[in-house]
Amino acid sequence: MTSASPAMLPGHPVAATSEAGVHLRAEAFSVFYGPFEAVRALSADLYRGRVTAIIGPSGCGKSTFLRAINRMNDLVPGAHASGRLLFDGESIYDPRLDVVALRRRIGMVFQRPNVFPKTIRQNVEYGPRLHGVSTAAALAETVERSLVRAALWDEVKDRLDDNALGLSGGQQQRLCLARALAVEPEMLLMDEPTSALDPRATARIEDLIAELAGTYTIVIVTHNMQQAARVSDYTAFMYEGLLVEYGDTDRLFTSPREKRTEDYITGRFG
Amino acid sequence: MHLATRRLLDRAFTAVGGLSIALMAAALVVVLAPILLRGATAVVFRGTVEHRRLQWECFGVGSETAVQAETAAFRVAARPVYDAVAAFQDRDLAALSGRRKREMRDEFEDLRRQLRRLLGPLPGDPVPVLPRDQFGEARWDRAQGALHDVLFREVWEPRFDTGGRPLPSVRTSQPRADAFRGTALEPLFGYLQEHLADILQPRPTLYWRFFTQTSRDAHFFGGIWPEILGTLYLTLGAMLFAVPVGILSAVFLVEYTTGLGRAGRGLVGLIRTCINTLAGVPSIVFGLFGLAFFINALRVSPNKSVLAGALTLGVLVLPTLIRAAEEAIRAVPRTYKEAALSLGASKWHSIVTVVLPAALPGILTGIVISMGRAAGETAPIIFTAAVSVGRPLDLAAVCHEPTPALSWNLYNLCTEHEAVEQIRHVQFGMAMTLVALVLLLNLAAIVLRARVTRKLKGGT
Repeated sequence: MTSASPAMLPGHPVAATSEAGVHLRAEAFSVFYGPFEAVRALSADLYRGRVTAIIGPSGCGKSTFLRAINRMNDLVPGAHASGRLLFDGESIYDPRLDVVALRRRIGMVFQRPNVFPKTIRQNVEYGPRLHGVSTAAALAETVERSLVRAALWDEVKDRLDDNALGLSGGQQQRLCLARALAVEPEMLLMDEPTSALDPRATARIEDLIAELAGTYTIVIVTHNMQQAARVSDYTAFMYEGLLVEYGDTDRLFTSPREKRTEDYITGRFG
Repeated sequence: MHLATRRLLDRAFTAVGGLSIALMAAALVVVLAPILLRGATAVVFRGTVEHRRLQWECFGVGSETAVQAETAAFRVAARPVYDAVAAFQDRDLAALSGRRKREMRDEFEDLRRQLRRLLGPLPGDPVPVLPRDQFGEARWDRAQGALHDVLFREVWEPRFDTGGRPLPSVRTSQPRADAFRGTALEPLFGYLQEHLADILQPRPTLYWRFFTQTSRDAHFFGGIWPEILGTLYLTLGAMLFAVPVGILSAVFLVEYTTGLGRAGRGLVGLIRTCINTLAGVPSIVFGLFGLAFFINALRVSPNKSVLAGALTLGVLVLPTLIRAAEEAIRAVPRTYKEAALSLGASKWHSIVTVVLPAALPGILTGIVISMGRAAGETAPIIFTAAVSVGRPLDLAAVCHEPTPALSWNLYNLCTEHEAVEQIRHVQFGMAMTLVALVLLLNLAAIVLRARVTRKLKGGT
């Protein structure tokens, strides 16, 4: 099912040269909700420092796969997984794995801005404090650096102690991004991060993704095919739990190999 | 549906809503106004010289010189009364003999009793044992009642129908002056009527110490501080116990019961049913439970104590608290918890740092309701904590000593006191204090809630 390894395509030398370029590897990985198989035997390599978009119609399992990566599906009663999912060579579903440590390395930005009902500063400090940063200087430094990275610093630097719920939706989403960046993860999962935002705010987030690529491995789930085409290096198309096609974004959108992919990206269904 | 019909329905709905709110407000006024107005008479009244004298002698409050001056004025103004009494005893009564003398002596003794009530012990009387007999009427309104009893005596007049068969007798007031006509006592009644204000010297009094003094002689005098303190101890003690247990239970029920098997779900359902049932159990049953469990079985104290009462009240309010906290925690958006977990928080940490703070307003509402309930409950503390008379307790004594409390003592003073009629003002004052205390506790919690909500919601 998995077609063409992206590694073979031009323009991505990191991935092309070595195994070290693979950041996340799925091998016949499935996720079940009770008896229902939401992600079906998915195999793929996701590359370090690259932006991978996962597209597909509603209910195709793309969000489920994303949330399996940092084990957020553990919250869902009856959810379990089979197959192998390796993050930097370590099995994510190894019973001995420290989930807290894993989530520290894999940050997440959700569909709707979910800032805590606390001050802007407290939102950003939440993660670092959790992981033992406690001196005021170190925290202040982290807050500034994270907010600068999320392109929010100039807008909020004078009101860090205001409640975060007073920000606009787009600002809140960037704050969520800053909050995730503050723990210095290696990978960022984004679950339709712009679906609740207006076009302007969406454009800002997309610019940010482009800036962050390279430093972080980014996996973004999106409904919006233009967005996938704009921001990602690789695109995976999922349909009914299956990975239909996975490859270089430009190639996938210009000459899809699978009929279903073509139908979807040309808007014949979805 | 026609537009006109829809408009009519809309208006009718608005009208019914407005009417019900108005009705509730009216009910509140009807209930609260008399309690507050009559309760205020315990604090604001016309106090006589006797009030000021007993405040000085029993509590050391006031100015000694002023009290002495007023007492002297009292003696001067009461002189004619005392003289008339002495003259009657020495001359008129001594001159009589036989049955007439016995009758007059009974009349005279009755009058003396009423005079003692009005003015305190007469010259030559031995000093009475009870404080209530050592002073005249301390309140002008009560003095007026006592004056009436001096001026008139009540007799039951037998009645008969035309055939001579007895009918229920009727009570009538007869002027005592008639009985003592022609004696040295005759002018006393007119004099008292005219000069009572000179003798008792009533003055508008703001007796705020009603709230801070202990009671004397079974609430005849003094204030209700031990009761207020007892209620505070019991209420706060109950909260101290119930709030942590309630919140932890709610957290468990919401956060730690997902993903259970059939048996687990059944057990959780059973627990929830038990909690709901507990909320409907009569409070007297909780009282008996407290006695049987905390005192007899666990022996938290050798006898009734504040601790046992607070624990019992805590169990009583637990169901309310758990349900309120459960709803509040359930209402916190899941995404908050997900965000915390995605940043690497453990489950427990995410609950403590994100879920509970966001649920705080709802939890505070539950605490408000529970506090009002705990402060007002009477039945649970009858067997576990309450005594009718007591000193204000030190914090150190709460583990082993019982306490008076507003709710229970209000009931006790209204029903079991030896002179229910004579301490009406204390009863009303206590009712007012209880209502005010609960309102105050609620107000404090509402303000706190508003502040927390504002902090959570942000904005300015």
